[in-house]
Amino acid sequence: MAELVAGGSVTFGDDLAVVAALRARDERAFVELVRTHGPTMLRVAMLYVRSRAVAEEVVQETWLGVLSSIDRFEGRSTLKTWLFRILTNVAKTRAEREGRSIPFSALGAADLEHDEPSVDADRFLPEGERWANHWASSPRRFDALPEHRLLSAEAMGVIQEEIDRLPEAQRAVATMRDVAGFGSDEVCEALGISEVNQRVLLHRARTKVRRALESYLEEDE
Amino acid sequence: MKLADDLTCADLVELVTEYHEGALSPPDRQRFEEHVVFCEGCASFLDQMRSTLTVLGRITEEDFAPETMDELLRAFQEWRRE
Repeated sequence: MAELVAGGSVTFGDDLAVVAALRARDERAFVELVRTHGPTMLRVAMLYVRSRAVAEEVVQETWLGVLSSIDRFEGRSTLKTWLFRILTNVAKTRAEREGRSIPFSALGAADLEHDEPSVDADRFLPEGERWANHWASSPRRFDALPEHRLLSAEAMGVIQEEIDRLPEAQRAVATMRDVAGFGSDEVCEALGISEVNQRVLLHRARTKVRRALESYLEEDE
Repeated sequence: MKLADDLTCADLVELVTEYHEGALSPPDRQRFEEHVVFCEGCASFLDQMRSTLTVLGRITEEDFAPETMDELLRAFQEWRRE
């Protein structure tokens, strides 16, 4: 529910209330905001820096930055976008200091070069057959499984391991889009990659996670 | 990009994210959807992708160390005194 505020900028009703509370130095509003966004910020910070400890420092530094500039927040973007813009700037600076200054656009290019099929070729009928390149046998629907199997701690673990194994840029895009729930424009901006590359990286990441989930669900039938 | 009329299953699985992201042109989108209507394998594959996204969205977030929260609160109280 967007509304116009003075100065013609667009912001969201909930954001306005939170920003007003922070400006009034309301501790509960601050704790609530940290609880809402802190864990995702930590996850995103870990995409940039080497260790969990450094990522926690990045998150802390970000919140200090948020407090010192909240009075200047103009509502030209959502509060969430603004928070994560500060976070990615702090994280990039920190990564450079650590000697990790390769931008995601360069990492993405490396990830984009290796073109492997999203589904193993042997799942499709071979060339020369009448139905070449169509499914040799249909994949099994996951929604036919009891929901508790798909959402079991074990299945979550399988997915988490697969995310950790992804090439860096694919992991960054999948984490931001599918785990943290950012929009594609926000991810492109934060990582400095084009819309098309973002989509290719997302596709590779999602199809690898699907493959891992499928083989996990089939192996313990 | 214009998709061939004889879109195969191996082609379709490579287009699934473009489809979800609304990046296919209207005629390509129609070709994609027509294929899925008549193809049980691709319908199941699409279902698997949807379920995968559901599970990804439920991954538990990293927990915050309690000390981090304490330090942030101290920083907040200091800021409030300024």
